[in-house]
Amino acid sequence: MTQISVRVDGVTYTDEVEPRTLLVHHLRERLGKVGTVVGCDTSNCGACTVHRDGEAVKSCTVLAVQADGSEVTTIEGIAQNGSLHPMQKAFHEMHGLQCGYCTPGMIMASIDLVADNPDPSEHEVREGIEGNLCRCTGYQNIVRAVQQAAAEMRGSTPDTLGAQA
Amino acid sequence: MIPAAFEYVRPSTVDEALRALADGGEDAKILAGGQSLIPVMRLRLAAPSTVVDLTRVSELRGVREDGDALVIGAMTTHSDVVSDPLIAQHAPLIAQATETVADRQVRHRGTFGGALAHADPAGDLPAVALALDAEFVLAGAGGRRTVPAREFFVDYLTTALAEDEILVEVRVPKLAGQWGMHYEKFNRVAQAWSIVAVAAAVRREDGHIAEARIGLTNMGPTPLRATATEQALAGATAGADAIAGAAAHAAEGTAPSDDLNAKADYREHLARVLTRRAVTAAAGIQG
Repeated sequence: MTQISVRVDGVTYTDEVEPRTLLVHHLRERLGKVGTVVGCDTSNCGACTVHRDGEAVKSCTVLAVQADGSEVTTIEGIAQNGSLHPMQKAFHEMHGLQCGYCTPGMIMASIDLVADNPDPSEHEVREGIEGNLCRCTGYQNIVRAVQQAAAEMRGSTPDTLGAQA
Repeated sequence: MIPAAFEYVRPSTVDEALRALADGGEDAKILAGGQSLIPVMRLRLAAPSTVVDLTRVSELRGVREDGDALVIGAMTTHSDVVSDPLIAQHAPLIAQATETVADRQVRHRGTFGGALAHADPAGDLPAVALALDAEFVLAGAGGRRTVPAREFFVDYLTTALAEDEILVEVRVPKLAGQWGMHYEKFNRVAQAWSIVAVAAAVRREDGHIAEARIGLTNMGPTPLRATATEQALAGATAGADAIAGAAAHAAEGTAPSDDLNAKADYREHLARVLTRRAVTAAAGIQG
């Protein structure tokens, strides 16, 4: 067992873990952060995406011991004082989900994308979230949601975007 | 799935890492960014007894200049490579190819040296390193040695690295003259491996192509140079016809595999088409 200390959604947790424990399992099973889900188990789908020291990573492809000393943000940690993060709000308003399973990872990947590119084109959004798969294939509204959130986060009103008719 | 149990060691210097590797014996494995190793450990295709995690070996991270060479630390992440100003200036081909590796999340963790040491024939960086005549600096118990790219890639997933050695840095010669570069990749879906890709660096001089260096991804068990095309381009007019004629030789001497993604003859076709596109773009002419 190895002792690790990880700050998750603003709270520091110190635990003994087996080195083979994946970060996603540590988050879900030890810390109860079940908002982060396991989708594919093969590093493809991105459903388990969290931020590690501000960068999106697939938590099924990081060992918990590798997160020692780092700051992890999950989907459960992005709302502020009961208000949804602009990306969460946009996914809600633009109906950027169907079954919802990919949504936590989509939102975390999209926040990471918008941090690098505050005004992504439709193509840039599609490229930027290529590490996340929506098995319902509901990409159209996901892309709209990311662009709407990006507009809100940079403080402007989108002019050409509309909810799906 | 969950990996098999292993001993975990997290050194903070190359010397400590080498000792840990030696202590771990033949079943010890180096963990760089983990974006290839952790998936295969999860599938239990790999079950190392000891994992030596290089994450905290800070001397392996970063890009610097050393005279005529650009030196890229093995643990520099793909995302750091993509945004590095020295790489943009001296070897933009590396940044362009790295940008096509997997997806954003994987590029945040995956490393330049890890991808090269893994030596997947479908990986994008080996052909780029080969095209740029990079040199690999390997550290072992007896000191360091430098291996040229042509000798580093030995076979499928196999490099010149001995079991007790660590890839510490890659030296990329700065190119003198008017060079253009382009990486042309063909794959079917998002975040997929290359079915075939071509890395081209072209030096132009007075309307001619003075020199071309072309690396092929996934045209054999190791990355390959398109030697016949390079020879045909040397001294050729920088025009569409000459480039198309030279690119027709791109599959000569290759040994691509047949698999679910593509038959070998289709890969040969792709090599010719993608070489034409890559050289055209690198030479800066209209295709």
